[in-house]
Amino acid sequence: MSETYESYLTYPKGIKSWLFTLDHKRIGLMYLFAVMFFFFIGGVFAILIRLELLTPAETIVGADTYNQFFTLHGAIMIFLFIIPAIPAALGNFVLPLMLGAKDVAFPKLNLASFYVYVFGSLFAIYSIITGAVDTGWTFYTPYSTESTTSVISMTLGVFILGFSSIFTGINFIVTVHKLRAPGMTWFNQPLFIWGLYATAIIQVLATPVLAITLVLLILERTLGIGIFDPAMGGDPVLYQHFFWFYSHPAVYIMILPGMGIISETITVFSRKKIFGYKAIAFSSLAIAFVSFLVWGHHMFTSGQSEIAAMIFSFLTFLVGIPSGIKTFNWLATMYKGQISLEAPMIYTLSFLFLFTIGGLTGIFLGALALDVHLHDTYFVVAHFHYVMVGGTVMAFLAGLHYWWPKIWGRMYNERLAQISAFLVFIGFNVTFFTQFILGTQGMPRRYYNYLDQYQPLHAFSSFGSWIMAAGFLLMGYYMIHSLFKGKKAGKNPWGALTLEWTTPSPPPHHNFDEIPKIEHGPYDYDKILVERD
Amino acid sequence: MSEKHKEHILPLKVYLGVAAALMFLTAITVAVSFVDLGGWNALVAVGIATFKALLVALFFMHLLYDKKINLFVFSISLIMVGVFITLTMFDTLRRADLYDITDGPINKNAKMYENMPVDSTAGEHH
Amino acid sequence: MSDHAANRPEFLAHHFSTVEQQRDSAKLGMWIFLLTEILLFGGLFCAYSVYRAWHPDMFYNAHKFLNVQLGTLNTVVLITSSLTMALSIRFIQVNDKKKAILFLVSTLIFASIFLIVKYFEYSHKFHLGQLPGKYYTFNGVEGSNPHIFFSIYFAMTGLHGIHIIAGMIVLVWVLVKMINNNFSAEYYTPVEMAGLYWHLVDLVWIYLFPLLYLIG
Repeated sequence: MSETYESYLTYPKGIKSWLFTLDHKRIGLMYLFAVMFFFFIGGVFAILIRLELLTPAETIVGADTYNQFFTLHGAIMIFLFIIPAIPAALGNFVLPLMLGAKDVAFPKLNLASFYVYVFGSLFAIYSIITGAVDTGWTFYTPYSTESTTSVISMTLGVFILGFSSIFTGINFIVTVHKLRAPGMTWFNQPLFIWGLYATAIIQVLATPVLAITLVLLILERTLGIGIFDPAMGGDPVLYQHFFWFYSHPAVYIMILPGMGIISETITVFSRKKIFGYKAIAFSSLAIAFVSFLVWGHHMFTSGQSEIAAMIFSFLTFLVGIPSGIKTFNWLATMYKGQISLEAPMIYTLSFLFLFTIGGLTGIFLGALALDVHLHDTYFVVAHFHYVMVGGTVMAFLAGLHYWWPKIWGRMYNERLAQISAFLVFIGFNVTFFTQFILGTQGMPRRYYNYLDQYQPLHAFSSFGSWIMAAGFLLMGYYMIHSLFKGKKAGKNPWGALTLEWTTPSPPPHHNFDEIPKIEHGPYDYDKILVERD
Repeated sequence: MSEKHKEHILPLKVYLGVAAALMFLTAITVAVSFVDLGGWNALVAVGIATFKALLVALFFMHLLYDKKINLFVFSISLIMVGVFITLTMFDTLRRADLYDITDGPINKNAKMYENMPVDSTAGEHH
Repeated sequence: MSDHAANRPEFLAHHFSTVEQQRDSAKLGMWIFLLTEILLFGGLFCAYSVYRAWHPDMFYNAHKFLNVQLGTLNTVVLITSSLTMALSIRFIQVNDKKKAILFLVSTLIFASIFLIVKYFEYSHKFHLGQLPGKYYTFNGVEGSNPHIFFSIYFAMTGLHGIHIIAGMIVLVWVLVKMINNNFSAEYYTPVEMAGLYWHLVDLVWIYLFPLLYLIG
């Protein structure tokens, strides 16, 4: 490969070559900008929520507006940021490179997936501008059928976004099945691929049910079909079954790709072979499958039958096992490894600590008797932020920093990254550990007003949100700065063994000059000496 | 040169035979619906429909002749629909179970029931 | 192995190594898409199961107002359209483009017949006031909340009808390409994919028909 080459960033040229690109790297990059934008918007709503909750009763806005804040924070973060973030942004970029492929199986479908995402997001933005929604991101009936806010445009937006997710899922499954480089078997492909593959399985199985749920909700609002309305013989709990059949597996769409990233970074930054490759691979599949059997644990206090509640509770305990297996295997990977603490590893260690807390508290909530007390309290809010932020976002940031030099050909400022990681970690725990306590003391979620006794903890939590915000703002600064002034990166700045590190940084348009030959496994640090480049 | 060995071309009579079978089964389904089998009607109807569906999937859609992964994908979709309906109906059909519990006495051996009117087995104090 | 070999067919995309790989990928991708469609309809089948189990008598009474003859006719029509679709593909497999086009057109004709029959069924119901949800005004069904049956009926057949229309659009697109000589025995993957989609639409109806029209 000659020194002068055109990377995917500069070749082909022109705005049309970006708008009509079929290059998975460019599509991944456009997704990255989009999800980062919505992460920022969702974050703004988060800060507003915590500002309002500094004092009981009104601090900055009235109750109706507050309801819109938490609804939009949830809907934007879930549908516009976290679900697409790792698969569509990082996954699109890395997956074909890791497999030694030229592109994904269906490049046009990939571009379509991006434009469908943009189209769906426009509906969501329209909804926000025309009165937003105040139903909570879960759109529970009967309120969602009666609320005078812009429910239909938001649910239509989410409906459309679902197709983007489905298209990505179809693409990834077929790519992993059919486009691995010769010699790359199922069991010597990187674990990030297994994570993306399991995620894709959930995406294609679960998202259609969300689609039909939202269609029925829209029909309920427009035609009054009544299937969720008791006055017309309908059942509001049936809505919850429909909604959670998607939304529970959806949380595994959020975490599985993150876990895949952790398998990558932990091996590279421990310079050690992964412990229990097959256990981790099969655990990903097990999580994908069992995730479909536990949705009723969101409904323990809804009035569902006792026997259903017991079955769901039992299965919920089961679904924690593969995640536990993975966590132990990651720890074992680190044991006697050669640890280096750059930003990807700091985020990886944060993940291990925070996801463990999040995952364990999920098991607490899976216990029927305990959930009766904790359901709809801040304990639940803390739990899911520990898994979604402490888990997925930390993993996303680990991956973003890890693959940053490959994507841009530039290194970020390591010192600033470490400071930022520290701020985010501290800020996160101040914000959310406090909420476990608030929850066990009885503070309900989604409440605008609260008893005076909760104020000190609320104020402390809000203070944490500012520390987190500072960390993220610093991150935005040094990342943008690195694009212009960052040190140029070589092919393999981390000394990793997966295929994406054999191409230049940034990669050329066609990824590889020749189809790569697979001569070693992705984690053979015990067999191969690889230098940082 | 394309690899023709993978493209299995079915003889015409297979297609026509399957179509004829489908029409025949349709006639059967309609006929059976006029016979009162009680609760079995639904099962028979779904059973025949499933057989028809398998004919379409295996022959018209070539699943019998294609790579097994496609059959696997099709099967998984049906299984997941089954899981959805089954687990949901564990709730919807068993909600009334609660009344068996709330309608019954809290402690069958409690002394207080000895002095209560005969119709008061529900455990409430009259 | 260089992928700029002179004998690389035009229809082979740059990121695939062989025609077989491309074809298998398209097929797998299409089956996964069909999986999503099955899950989509599955939600409605779930709603159907839940409400029928709760109100078996009302469902029985309400369904009597569906026209079994028209339903049976539509079943026969759709099965025939599946046959003609399968035949169209078989004929392109042996390079008989004329017959392939003939059977593709036949499929479209049968699809249209299906929609026309559905139109008559729907307008009859509208006329009687057997409409979904809050627009329901019909009085002839015994049992509580009979509108639930009709809401589910319209949701299921409506969603199915939308898929018939979408399928017809795809078939027209394939037909145009076939007339323009884009397909041959060597390459007919889009026809095959359209065929798979069309058969799925038939599959859904195979279940809808007995569950809605033939409730014991």
